[in-house]
Amino acid sequence: MAVLEVVDLKKYFPVQKSFLERIFTRKLEYVQAVDKISFKVGKGEIFTLAGESGCGKTTTGRLVTRLVEPTEGKVFFNGKEITSWQGEKLRKLRKNVQIIFQNPYASLNPRMKIGDAVGHPLEIHEIATGEEKRGVVLEILEQVGLEPAEKFYDAHPYELSGGQRQRAAIARAMVLNPEFVVADEPISMIDVSLRAKILELMLKLKEERDLTFLFITHDLAVAKYISDWIAIMYLGEIVEMGKQEEIFSNSQHPYTKALLSAVPVPEPRTRREHVKLEGEVPSSINPPSGCRFHPRCSFASEKCRTSEPPLSLADKDHQIACHLC
Amino acid sequence: MKNLLEVKNLKVYYYTREGVVKAVDQASFSIKKGETVGLVGESGSGKSTLGLSILKLVPSPGRIVGGELFFDGKDLAKLDNKQMRKLRGRWISMVFQDPMASLNPLMRVGDHLTETIKTHEKVTHKDAEKRALLLLDEVGISLERFKDYPHQFSGGMRQRVGIALAIALNPNLVIADEFTSSLDVIVQSQILSLMNNLKRSHNMGMILISHDISLVSEIADKVALMYAGQIVEFAEVNAFFEEHLHPYSERLLNSVPNIQLSDQNLSYIPGMPPDLIHPLKGCRFYPRCSYATNTCREKEPPLVEIETGYMVKCFRYD
Repeated sequence: MAVLEVVDLKKYFPVQKSFLERIFTRKLEYVQAVDKISFKVGKGEIFTLAGESGCGKTTTGRLVTRLVEPTEGKVFFNGKEITSWQGEKLRKLRKNVQIIFQNPYASLNPRMKIGDAVGHPLEIHEIATGEEKRGVVLEILEQVGLEPAEKFYDAHPYELSGGQRQRAAIARAMVLNPEFVVADEPISMIDVSLRAKILELMLKLKEERDLTFLFITHDLAVAKYISDWIAIMYLGEIVEMGKQEEIFSNSQHPYTKALLSAVPVPEPRTRREHVKLEGEVPSSINPPSGCRFHPRCSFASEKCRTSEPPLSLADKDHQIACHLC
Repeated sequence: MKNLLEVKNLKVYYYTREGVVKAVDQASFSIKKGETVGLVGESGSGKSTLGLSILKLVPSPGRIVGGELFFDGKDLAKLDNKQMRKLRGRWISMVFQDPMASLNPLMRVGDHLTETIKTHEKVTHKDAEKRALLLLDEVGISLERFKDYPHQFSGGMRQRVGIALAIALNPNLVIADEFTSSLDVIVQSQILSLMNNLKRSHNMGMILISHDISLVSEIADKVALMYAGQIVEFAEVNAFFEEHLHPYSERLLNSVPNIQLSDQNLSYIPGMPPDLIHPLKGCRFYPRCSYATNTCREKEPPLVEIETGYMVKCFRYD
């Protein structure tokens, strides 16, 4: 059974307007951040949402952790619909659903010792306090490689490097032994030589604890390295989704192809021809009609302009939203 | 061929309250006319400081405290502020990482370009405007945007304006500091191919400062790899990616995911870069190096040319 299932999930953010603008324009405008996306994440898998900035990948991560409320659609966790859970029920859910944020300089309280920050969830969920808490925290600090754990327990965030902070943030997410973790660009703020360490740590935790990850990234080389499944997003929609091998060796959607070919490769002898894609991503306030990618697609036909292609099965482990594929 | 720019044993220190940060310490490399050198390093390796010091723009409390900078045979140390101002933009120009911060938000981009041209050259306003229009066209911005302000442009378009400003006076060398880092990959590849074409058509040299070794491999002719304020390896790009002789280069390349490979085994570099206030006595990489010997701890290895055009700073190749 899928750990996480998302059905027709939608999030529209109202556009903030000044007083005068509100008087003169009657129409309310919305940023269509996420628009009717559906996917499933199986147990013990790393499912990656990849795309350019503004494609809705972070909003999706926040929707499934219930940090923002969806406009429409449903989120299922272990088969139970959690979309409308509140209060105590939601608090209990959070024990199993954790998140790692992008910026470890912002996500750790500067006035809290690392040990206290990592152990705080244990207190909130009334699992352990005092010496017991300390023991659990020291163990998890060791697991994420913050050794000697005793020293890191009493350190403040400013004493740690970016990579160490991110490992502390991972420890905090892991301390409750969750089933499912959202990792939102966890390595983009970290130095190149240390990124592999965080990725290795995530893979290790996945193996040891049968953990399920929703991994959010803009870096497709990283996505290829770490994912089991991957969904490519464009302007709030999933345009292609499938097993990692399928997407990287057999991509079909013109956007996916352009995106993959634009990724720099550390091999100067094989400088590849990039798929030329004109212009930039349009605004998600008034997204293009039909297929949202049609104004930039060189294969676009009349049908693409008027009707929206559904995400449909191309193969057992591969779905594409394109009229022409 | 003669070197366009030569950096010899350059030292740039920041005099902070905590102590003297040796941000660039004995860095040497050179660049020929029309050539692109990728200056690669992780954060804090001194690559941006090195870039700024070429234009003598190191912000206070930083100072160039030693070494030599030769541009087109001229010793830059001998030029005063006024002469440097004439050189900046006209001979050596710069493209910055964040075009929103480097463009004047109150100035229409057309006026910005026009003024740059007028400041450096004796031309009439009309002629300067005409050239500004041509420049916009060259970097792929439609001419009706001449009167727009920077905030009306998208990130990629803004960086095109930044590039237009950098090439406005036909410089011989452009220093581009992480100039695509804030852009998405597709826009990044558009900007890179634009830059590649401009380099060729203007016969410009370029120093591409980046943390992204993959990006550098796509566009550079040579790679200069920095670690803890020093250049540890300097070589032609193909040779660098085949040989990567310095232990740091080897380990760095093993830590970069490659989208072309399946079943890649990534590794990381244990430890952290050294404190630049109290740099190590010997080789700065030795605590993280698996080949380190006692000599590495005691003595600093020199940057030696092991074959024509291939320089490494490591005792293994001394």
